[in-house]
Amino acid sequence: MFQRLSINMPNSQIHNMTLVELKKALNEKNLSSREITETLLSRINDFDDSVNSFITMTSDQAIKEAMEADKKIANGDQTNLTGLPFAHKDLFCTEGTLTTCGSKMLHNFIPPYDATVVKKLKNAGVIMLGKTNMDEFAMGSSNETSYYGSVGNPWDLKLSPGGSSGGSAAAVAARLVPAATGTDTGGSIRQPAALTGITGIKPTYGRVSRYGMIAFASSLDQGGVFARSCEDAALILGEMAGLDELDSTSSAEKVPNYLESINHPIKGLKIGLVKQHFEEGLDEENKKNLLSAIDTLKSQGAEVIEIDLPNIGLSVPTYYVVASAECSSNLSRYDGVRFGHRTENYENLEEFYSKTRGEGFGAEVKRRIMTGTYVLSAGYYDAYYLKAQKVRQLISQDFKNAFEKVDVIAGPTTPSPAFELGAKMDDPIEMYLNDIFTIGANLGGFPAMSIPCGFVNNLPVGLQLVGKHFGEESLFQCGHQFQQLTDWHKQTPDQFK
Amino acid sequence: MSINKDEIKYLSLLSRMDIDKNEIKDIEEKLTKIIDFVDQLQTISTDNIEPMAHPLNQSQRLRIDEVTETNDRENIQKNAQQIEKGMYLVPKVID
Repeated sequence: MFQRLSINMPNSQIHNMTLVELKKALNEKNLSSREITETLLSRINDFDDSVNSFITMTSDQAIKEAMEADKKIANGDQTNLTGLPFAHKDLFCTEGTLTTCGSKMLHNFIPPYDATVVKKLKNAGVIMLGKTNMDEFAMGSSNETSYYGSVGNPWDLKLSPGGSSGGSAAAVAARLVPAATGTDTGGSIRQPAALTGITGIKPTYGRVSRYGMIAFASSLDQGGVFARSCEDAALILGEMAGLDELDSTSSAEKVPNYLESINHPIKGLKIGLVKQHFEEGLDEENKKNLLSAIDTLKSQGAEVIEIDLPNIGLSVPTYYVVASAECSSNLSRYDGVRFGHRTENYENLEEFYSKTRGEGFGAEVKRRIMTGTYVLSAGYYDAYYLKAQKVRQLISQDFKNAFEKVDVIAGPTTPSPAFELGAKMDDPIEMYLNDIFTIGANLGGFPAMSIPCGFVNNLPVGLQLVGKHFGEESLFQCGHQFQQLTDWHKQTPDQFK
Repeated sequence: MSINKDEIKYLSLLSRMDIDKNEIKDIEEKLTKIIDFVDQLQTISTDNIEPMAHPLNQSQRLRIDEVTETNDRENIQKNAQQIEKGMYLVPKVID
């Protein structure tokens, strides 16, 4: 049925193609969805033992769906993403498919429904190849807290890909899948995107529905996407975003056509550079890359203005109070009764709960639950939780003041490139400080993106762009224009070429 | 501020989460570090600042109170480890 022009489009190149290129090849019938799906599944089979980016594969279902997609394309019935390969972070509920959230607690959880994001992308036509590895309940910055093993960074498998969406980032960077979902509570999309050399966007709080996204910290969590270019990320976000009656915090704000806005020139766009970003903690080489990236944007007529975020230094401690408090409340649902892990040995109800939770949660999750319980407990609530929510207001206001002068804030995504697996596991504070540049956007609910902007010691680093509320268009525009002039996003780790 | 062993045990009780005896020392050290770290928040004045409740300062959207879901008990209970006659089984609560 399919005419395959294998001379023009050898299967050996499928893994290097972007979503936009794959979509074109499908619509022009140069490739079939089945070929794409089988090629990538076999690549995952060959490579993922070393990367460990997937927890569950959905191969049979994927091939079946790909064949249906091919029929649709042949009949001209395709939708926007018909037949395109994709992966979901194992935090999004997928009907009938194991969803672990990286935890032993959910080692047996098969959701009876799809998350809204999953459903929307399915309706748009994507083929899910599997569910990706992640830090347990998205709590971590290195993907080492996963019950299903740590993930290797495709640039050097001894290094961490970052976290918590480390599996999605590593899978995209290793060319196992062209795009995947992630979630970002304090940097969990942007930090792994930076450390693996790919593009990742966390939209405005409320832009994407959280229904069926397993909750960590509800006022900070936001779903987003990893891809190898801003153009691909724009294609996917356009399908993910929008009002959802099932999530009362999702926004009714109209979803613009991101693919159209990426082509607008950035002449006259005002870009803010944060004074505090250059004061401490930033690796020298990283700084050089950042300034060179800014020069590239300037060469296109963007105007650079220094801005001040006086309270940004308190963003990490603020986050660890708010996020831990919300986590201790959200994770109280895991009681062993209705779903998930259930202890086998108990005398009474109290013991049943305590043992179930003691056995089901890993060390980092336990620490966060206990931190949250502490800051919410009688006598400490005002000093910690209430105080943190007030400081959060100040930090958010700093951003709003800055956005009166600029359209986009640019800066580093991480202080340094990828670190060794195990290097920071003994010191929670050192691990938490990895998110020093990313947390501000979550506290204020602002959209933020990381795009590759160079290398330090042969490892990729990212440029972070933060936008106004619902200003995703400016981020895509800025990022896409940058990617027209640079090829950092096209670099591939040697062993995955 | 340091967190002692008794406080760890109390937090373990409040959060209904068993802590292994061998884990206590490690949790004590790490939790103390975390609390010391977040104590930085006390260095800034927040007089007359409203605590932030929502990133976009939006109020809760409400909907009409009508039934939108049908009873899907059987499907939902597939995830429970122990059920009987459509009920979830838990240890005896009342004597």
